[in-house]
Amino acid sequence: MLAQLGLLMMFQLIGEAVVNSLGIPFPGPLCGMLLLLGYLYLRGGPSDELSIVGSKLIDNLGLLFVPAGTAIVAYGALFATDGLAIVAALIVSTLVAVLIGGAIAAAAEHSDTGVP
Amino acid sequence: MIDFGKLLNLQGAIIWLPCTLVLYAGSSALHRRLDKAPIVNPTLLTIAALVLILASCGVPYKAYFESVAVLHYLLGTAVVALALPLYQNASRLHGRYISMALALVAGSLASIFVGLTVATLAHASASTVLSLAPKSATAAVSMEISRLIGGAPALTATLTIMTGIIGAVGGPYVLNALRIHTPEARGFAMGVASHGIATARAFAESEVAGSFAGLGMVLNAVLTALIVPPVVRLFGFA
Repeated sequence: MLAQLGLLMMFQLIGEAVVNSLGIPFPGPLCGMLLLLGYLYLRGGPSDELSIVGSKLIDNLGLLFVPAGTAIVAYGALFATDGLAIVAALIVSTLVAVLIGGAIAAAAEHSDTGVP
Repeated sequence: MIDFGKLLNLQGAIIWLPCTLVLYAGSSALHRRLDKAPIVNPTLLTIAALVLILASCGVPYKAYFESVAVLHYLLGTAVVALALPLYQNASRLHGRYISMALALVAGSLASIFVGLTVATLAHASASTVLSLAPKSATAAVSMEISRLIGGAPALTATLTIMTGIIGAVGGPYVLNALRIHTPEARGFAMGVASHGIATARAFAESEVAGSFAGLGMVLNAVLTALIVPPVVRLFGFA
């Protein structure tokens, strides 16, 4: 279990190192994810232990956003002035994006499956 | 005699990590008990409870963050691990390349344009509008874009998390109203609009939905970085 967790963290570290040395505005963990994907294709799939450790982490993904999300506590003053505009813009734009993205993905889904 | 002030305020105070875990475990239990209703989002409930606790105890965010930094580190590890479900479900992409590409571009543009338009109409300050533009991309990317276009990266981080929660809570209801039930379309749309937090929600629906949400998140991180700077210029900022 610990070896697999260490492997995931190695990819995280390599991802950070690659992004840093190239100086590109891209998150290290996403780069690490793409590298792990490449490794999985080379290796022909993950070991059972790696799959178990991975799904344990992903099952608790929501918890891992709590430290960053709690930063909202520091923005009380800003929300007193721009709060309504911010909340309106975030809610409308996000739900419209889900609506449009979902509608297009689903519409194409039906036409894709219609073709033999 | 225990000095409670010291226990709460010490940098790296030991109390916040167990407190966060217990709050999240309780929120998750409630979420499962209520048939995983999107509105009872465990991340949202935990953050809301923590904000109340930190504000009423007068604990600075920095002191809180330092004591739970290990969770933030593990977020990066969990994002790396998303490669595993992506690998398992890669074959589902066959025959869906065009539909997913169209949904990606449309969802990404809609999020940026509608966000900028509503914020501008509602008279948000220029710095707020700029900080809001890249919010659908995952936090590390949105913060970097915000810095490039002259926004406030720390504010963008918070707006990005709020976007994630809005998509995770409201997205499933929008998709249900449209009768979109295929897990691939549901997950992908939520991942594009609301990155990792909606991806966590999509995994609560099914592994296929979660994998497609992860894919949408990665692709939109790249696309948002490419299109936000020119769009912001189009709107007359920067």
